[in-house]
Amino acid sequence: MSTTGLIDAAKAQLGRDLRLVWRRRGDAAQPVLFAVMVVALFPLALGSEHEKLAQLAPGVLWVAVLLSGLLTLDSLYRSDAEDGSLEQMLMSPLPLAWLIAMRVLVQWATSALPLLLITPLLAQLLFLPGPLLMPLMLSLALGTPLLSLIGAVVAALTIGIRRSGMLLSVLALPLYVPVLVFGAGCVVAAAQGLPWIGAIYLLAAGLALALVLAPLAAAAALRIALT
Amino acid sequence: MNPVLLWFHRTGSPPNFDRYAARWAPWAFALAFLGFVIGIYGALFSVPADYQQGENFRILYIHVPSAWMSLFIFVVMAIQSFIALVWRIKICEILAMACAPIGAAFTVITLVTGSIWGEPTWGTWWTWDPRLTSELVLLFLYLGVMGLYGAIEDRRAAARAAGFLALLGLINIPIVHFSVQWWNTLHQGSTIRLLGPSKMDPSMMWPLIATTLASKAWFVGSLLQRARAMNLEQESGKDWARQAAENAP
Repeated sequence: MSTTGLIDAAKAQLGRDLRLVWRRRGDAAQPVLFAVMVVALFPLALGSEHEKLAQLAPGVLWVAVLLSGLLTLDSLYRSDAEDGSLEQMLMSPLPLAWLIAMRVLVQWATSALPLLLITPLLAQLLFLPGPLLMPLMLSLALGTPLLSLIGAVVAALTIGIRRSGMLLSVLALPLYVPVLVFGAGCVVAAAQGLPWIGAIYLLAAGLALALVLAPLAAAAALRIALT
Repeated sequence: MNPVLLWFHRTGSPPNFDRYAARWAPWAFALAFLGFVIGIYGALFSVPADYQQGENFRILYIHVPSAWMSLFIFVVMAIQSFIALVWRIKICEILAMACAPIGAAFTVITLVTGSIWGEPTWGTWWTWDPRLTSELVLLFLYLGVMGLYGAIEDRRAAARAAGFLALLGLINIPIVHFSVQWWNTLHQGSTIRLLGPSKMDPSMMWPLIATTLASKAWFVGSLLQRARAMNLEQESGKDWARQAAENAP
């Protein structure tokens, strides 16, 4: 497969997926809305003391982003599997991993990226101290694509199951644990005045690995699930 | 054909596997029983109390072998899944899936005995220490494999999908093993070494060897028994399976 062929295919796939998201833009806004509501629940449940909330803010924000990402996983392949376009992707001469990588990119850009953009606002809701915004944004910027890529592999395995929402969470959450530990841990370390850049490096290394390996693994999982 | 390879292919065919498992499972259980009797007798009566922990430490003769088994079985499951995915050997799919509940049971035993030991020794049932947390994640991975296997209708497709998940979960194994070295943890580092001298006194060592061997034998017996049942279930339409069921006492 020549490089131009791959790039053309990527453009076509990106264009199609983005158009599909745009046609149902109400649905696309839901993950963001969900995360905002989860964040809003914590001050209501814990009381609105500034100091307590500020202390819990990194963990709460990370968990809210992670959960909203988890909810979007099922839609990653669902509609394509139902109308048969997934089978077409499987049979196409283009590498399946490449097409999946584009699909994950669209998914991340339409659900996690908007969330990332409003994170400063959410951080204000929980009184996160200003200097911690930098490590939080960095860890989320590296962590959310990592979560999307890991999730894409797991979601591919459950494609044959009709109501897979709960099972998908059970399968994905153990694999999400390290990302959460390093992502939220980095902000907590920064809050205690400890060096936090190490966790960022680890997340970046994980992302580099996942960028290469996860689409291949997801392609293999899709072939297993659909044959 | 190479005799070893030939043996593998012969044992791998469902009717032969059934006979093989029926023959060896009782021996494995007998060996396990013997090992546990010797090991637990030694652990409770023969070994002296620890100079720091007193009588408490005796639970390690169950805790440590179970913890080893929880990791070992996951690796066995992943290897079987790999073979099943690459060479499509039916019996390996069954063996891999039969590993999951046994491994999950050993993981639960590890966590429970650990917290029973932790309460008097550390003063807490549970702590979010890297070793404990990664062992808990291991349990979730086992449960995920079992859940995925249960959720898919077609048995062979289910085994392949769950096997793939087992291969993904393999990432957690080095994290569990090295968690005591990589992070500062409450859980102690490794005392027993395969290579080089162990930090445990030889007089305390032999019951541990006995219970470790016993837990391995238990795993083999349990694996053969479970795999045999799953094999018979999947092959229930075949003549040999009917005959085996009729001949059964």
